[in-house]
Amino acid sequence: MEQTIDFAVLDQAIKEFGNEEKSLIAILQRAQEHYRYLPKEIFPYLAEKLSLSEAKIYGVATFYENFSLEQKGKFVIKVCDGTACHVRKSIPILEALRDKLGLSEEKKTTDDLLFTVETVSCLGACSSAPAVMVNDEIYPTMTPESAVALLEELKEKN
Amino acid sequence: MDKEYMIIDGIKVELNGEKNILEVARKAGIDIPAFCYDPDLSIYGACRMCLVENERGGLDAACSTPPRAGTSVKTNTPKLRKHRKMILELLLANHCRDCTTCQKSGKCKLQEFAYRFNIEGVRFPNTACELGAKDKSSLSIVRDSSKCILCGKCVRVCNEIQNVGAIDYAFRGSKMKIATAFDGDIVNSPCVGCGQCASVCPTGAITVRDDADKVWDALGDKNTEVSVQIAPAVRVALGKELGLKEGENLMGKLVASLKEIGFDKVYDTSLTADMTIVEEAAEFVERLNGKGKLPMFTSCCPAWIRFAEEKYPEYVENISTCRSPMQMFAPVIKETYTGDKKHIHVAIMPCTAKKFEASRDEFKNKAGEPYVDYVLTTQEVIRMIKESGVRFNEIADAKVDEPYGMITGAGVIFGVTGGVMEAVLRYVSATQDKKALDAIALSGVRGLDGVKEATVKLGDAEIKVAVVSGLANASALMEKIKNGEAFYHLVEVMSCPGGCINGGGQPVGEREAKCERTKGIYDADKAEELQFSNQNTVVKEILTGPLKGREHELLHVHYKHK
Repeated sequence: MEQTIDFAVLDQAIKEFGNEEKSLIAILQRAQEHYRYLPKEIFPYLAEKLSLSEAKIYGVATFYENFSLEQKGKFVIKVCDGTACHVRKSIPILEALRDKLGLSEEKKTTDDLLFTVETVSCLGACSSAPAVMVNDEIYPTMTPESAVALLEELKEKN
Repeated sequence: MDKEYMIIDGIKVELNGEKNILEVARKAGIDIPAFCYDPDLSIYGACRMCLVENERGGLDAACSTPPRAGTSVKTNTPKLRKHRKMILELLLANHCRDCTTCQKSGKCKLQEFAYRFNIEGVRFPNTACELGAKDKSSLSIVRDSSKCILCGKCVRVCNEIQNVGAIDYAFRGSKMKIATAFDGDIVNSPCVGCGQCASVCPTGAITVRDDADKVWDALGDKNTEVSVQIAPAVRVALGKELGLKEGENLMGKLVASLKEIGFDKVYDTSLTADMTIVEEAAEFVERLNGKGKLPMFTSCCPAWIRFAEEKYPEYVENISTCRSPMQMFAPVIKETYTGDKKHIHVAIMPCTAKKFEASRDEFKNKAGEPYVDYVLTTQEVIRMIKESGVRFNEIADAKVDEPYGMITGAGVIFGVTGGVMEAVLRYVSATQDKKALDAIALSGVRGLDGVKEATVKLGDAEIKVAVVSGLANASALMEKIKNGEAFYHLVEVMSCPGGCINGGGQPVGEREAKCERTKGIYDADKAEELQFSNQNTVVKEILTGPLKGREHELLHVHYKHK
């Protein structure tokens, strides 16, 4: 899946947030939203526009878990591992998903760029623990089995 | 207004605008340990070694706590000792402790503090040595993340002082490291090779690349003639490491030592500094007369050239076409060599960027061989002297070799910020007497300030000049020039703050060292019989003799646009 880099979204974000150092995170968030990750090509572009070094932007991008330098899947599955979800057995859900998709702690995205599996520290949906979020949708009280079934459902949706 | 005081360890210390307790304590003669603090850089507050105990028993970082009148702190209590030892133990647990084979051994702050605070063992397992390979991609520096304590000085010097931004903090928590963009090799980053990161690094995480072995091999080969040139700033930076005084001009001893070590011919780069002035001043006058762009920038500093190529490519044509003194001398020596041995030319420089300059295609002969085969920094040559067993402090002075033995004071002052400018101004001054010398010295070109400006008379015209050191200062000046807020005829740029005396290849020193070395350079200037580059008759002989008609090919350069 080749993605041509369209800088218009960055220009728009810079216009909105200002071409200052303090706008960097907001601009990166917008970029992440648009490209679903932070493509390498945007670093020199932003460095030039914001008068920052690429190393600095790389530092910010690697500091926050939410930013990804690798292309993410069409479905980003966030398994909540906050306290509430953890004690209600979120880890077996994570393991079942990884097992099924052949993913691991290091390899988070399937080769066909369909699924990304990652953990988050809290989705704020503790009453529905253990919870899983796919893109922007919450799936409550999951089990390893229902999680695997969800994968099938998403595949069909595709 | 009444004087204000604070009490440190029971000593009443007057407050005099110090920004933090650490400075107040140091003024009182109390040496609070610190890794990440540097008075020339922003406050980072990361290492926590400088903690002091306040009246309530709380701990404050002395580097980031402003002094308050009437308060009292202690710098050496059981609680503080416990904390400092713990910090050191944790740092050591995450540090590759192969001290005996580390270039920084003996000069490492971590080693020094571990000794000073009597660390007798580290309770935690050490995995640091297994951390990735060293980054040896740069010709100037070597990076070793297994020795990094994340004090961030390198990042701050690269960003704040040099505005290069090759490296920054990346990742988070226990995974945090100092990295280039995308954690690539430093050679592919905007790094200009100035080496200032190596000179502020408290440990062996960033060191100067060592090329001494190759020079030893050449010296050991009977069929190789090895010649060497010595840059002006080197002579005043040897003393402290070799058991003599910081800032003392030790050129005579250095020449003698190099001959003892086995160099066949030893020369002084100050000669071609004079030649640079002769050529550069002529070029400047041409540009003043409308042939070429103004302002003209000096061209001696290779890190500045790289910086300009990277960030201000539209101004590359404003840089003087004169080669640096090192790159003028090398072809003179090599092209006039008549022997039948293989000829290796070495340059001893205060500079890590010179190692890169020597490798540039612009400075190779027709056969594609570099005119300067190896560049050794002052640090490397000090190690060579120590390794050789030469008794440096006892050796009798020796003179450099003929026929290139003549220098003037104008060439020597190239080693300090403002020196190239002063030498040019001397050259173009109408009267060339003592009065003119004094007037130029007092015109504002001297001193360790990062930005200096002066207006001087040249005939009927007024010439505006600027002298900057530190690339962040150069950047700020370039922006002003670009925006039309400032205009100069001539601008001298040196990348390292204070000039070559503080180069990345010099022995690491505190700020006092800069002052001592600067004084040493100006004393050396005064001690010379001649002070004007045009009085150097050897330069004239070279220009009218062996190099006649080849000036453009051998003494000038046109950097290619990137």
